[in-house]
Amino acid sequence: MSAIVLILALALSQFLLVLAMGCALYRMVRGPRAQDRVLGLDAFYVAGMLLLLTLGIRSGFTLYFEMALVIALLGFVSTAALAKFLMRGEVIE
Amino acid sequence: MSRFGELPLWVALVVAFLLVLGSAITLLGAIGLVRFETFYQRVHAPTLGTTWGAGAILIASMIFFSFVQSRPVLHEILISVFVIVTTPVTLMLLARAAFYRDRAESGNPPPGMPKL
Repeated sequence: MSAIVLILALALSQFLLVLAMGCALYRMVRGPRAQDRVLGLDAFYVAGMLLLLTLGIRSGFTLYFEMALVIALLGFVSTAALAKFLMRGEVIE
Repeated sequence: MSRFGELPLWVALVVAFLLVLGSAITLLGAIGLVRFETFYQRVHAPTLGTTWGAGAILIASMIFFSFVQSRPVLHEILISVFVIVTTPVTLMLLARAAFYRDRAESGNPPPGMPKL
């Protein structure tokens, strides 16, 4: 019983997260200006990180947690660097 | 899939509810990212995914691994603290960059924004 509940909930939540990644990808491809694309990338990596966490629950490996942590770290650095680039035209001054 | 069956039913129900809640809220934020009109409205939408979306899924992961390994597994707190601290910083940097770009193009601040 609890196995059925968990498997159904995991499938549903992975489906919803992939839909969220699709919405973010639409904004990233379509976005009228550069800041919209950066915002789409930000939402995209957050949804990808959550998808890795659900994959970790599904398979039982805690290794996926480290992957999600690396994605969160690199996503923060990349969004901050892109915002800096949009503001000043260069990343490191 | 045998390790799912060993869990008590109420733990499975709580984990399932938190997983579906978190992913549905993340999807709501992404739909808002698609449907809002201007950039300054859109910048608010994905924060749904980084607050309650990430929070609910991380709490679900903590509860699940604590019961499977029968010891407290709390290292997901790292991700949640990190995401909560960094999201406002990046989005404020991004909104400020967009503000400067809009002002540099038109000479005026965007409508509804105060002059700096």
